[in-house]
Amino acid sequence: MKALLWRDLALAVRAGGGFGLGLAFFLIVVVLVPFGVGPDRTILSAIAPGILWVAALLAALLSLDRIFALDYEDGALALLATAPVPLEGVALVKALAHWITTGLPLTLVAPLLGFFLNMDPAAYAYMFASLALGTPALSVIGSFGAALTVGLRRGGLLLSLLVLPLYVPTLIFGAEAVRRGVDQTGAAAPLMLVGAISLGCIALLPFAAAAVLRINLR
Amino acid sequence: MTALLSVRDLRCARGGVPVLERVSFDLAVGQALILRGPNGVGKTTLLRTLAGLQPALSGEVICAEGVTAYASHADGIKTALTVAENLSFWAQVHDRTVPDSVYATFDLLALRDRAAGTLSAGQKRRVGLARLAVIGRPVLFLDEPTVSLDAFSVAMFAGWMRDVHLAGGGCAVIATHIDLQIDAPTLDLTPFVAAADADGGSDADFL
Repeated sequence: MKALLWRDLALAVRAGGGFGLGLAFFLIVVVLVPFGVGPDRTILSAIAPGILWVAALLAALLSLDRIFALDYEDGALALLATAPVPLEGVALVKALAHWITTGLPLTLVAPLLGFFLNMDPAAYAYMFASLALGTPALSVIGSFGAALTVGLRRGGLLLSLLVLPLYVPTLIFGAEAVRRGVDQTGAAAPLMLVGAISLGCIALLPFAAAAVLRINLR
Repeated sequence: MTALLSVRDLRCARGGVPVLERVSFDLAVGQALILRGPNGVGKTTLLRTLAGLQPALSGEVICAEGVTAYASHADGIKTALTVAENLSFWAQVHDRTVPDSVYATFDLLALRDRAAGTLSAGQKRRVGLARLAVIGRPVLFLDEPTVSLDAFSVAMFAGWMRDVHLAGGGCAVIATHIDLQIDAPTLDLTPFVAAADADGGSDADFL
């Protein structure tokens, strides 16, 4: 299991691994917003949490199709399925590797990028907390979607269509937590809900992902 | 003589269509079985069914838990990792370490620290076969293990199979079109092809 995590992380940072791609995409989207919306500070400040969350969602989506597709193409997935590691564990570890290479860096730079959007200083901590609690759900839901579409050619587009609606609850409560944090109207409830979604996804979806992987490997 | 692997009246399907039926054989320690038959007869399907990657329509495969390994043309070698990293990954997954002798056995000493992406097809194949020696599973299901290997490498692989794997208490089912020079019975799958109107499966779901 640990070996699989290290291998996936090593693959992500080596040539063609795609590490940093999501991060760069996140950066560009956030930098583009002020150009599109205009330099009105109050508008930017109001939409900053929402923009950061939507951009994080799209950035996480960018690298999802690689979670299982590469291992499926070169046969490693079939070999892992016959190895003495549970496929549920493989799905969870691969989601974890995806989170470490996308969700975690996004969480760390989001407060910095909030600066570009004139985000309220009070919002920084909530932005960080809501992304830290919410991005694991993005990776785990995404790995389930990647498992569903693993055998398909050009499955990336279908993957986006399948996964984005499933991201809605995380997005709603994540952005709401930041807004409420700024308005001082109690961010605890949405933060707890984001955390609950993540925990529920981590507990259940690896089993679903392993089940569909077994079917796709037939 | 106890059998490491027993196959009883196996019926397997590809894409929902039955391709093979009434397949039965036993393999004891030190035995290999060579599968033959024209393209499309169901060699790969049989091997994947034996390895548990797809369910059998009926019949049974009797084998201890966690002793089998499967290898096909796609050998799961990561091009961005070095040969040594690739092998040590598969060793770790199977809770083992890479014995140094593997590099010599499969003529990989000079390639050890090369990225697998820079290897030729035959060299890559040798890494894939070295994986089998690293994971130490006694029951091997090999699908065309010698594809893209030169005569020298084929002899090297056959030597490992005969002197190390089979002599060391393993067994193997090998689908191949060439003569591996291994003293093993041959099973021609042509008589086991499922009748065209065999029931129990349909490809309607796939159309």
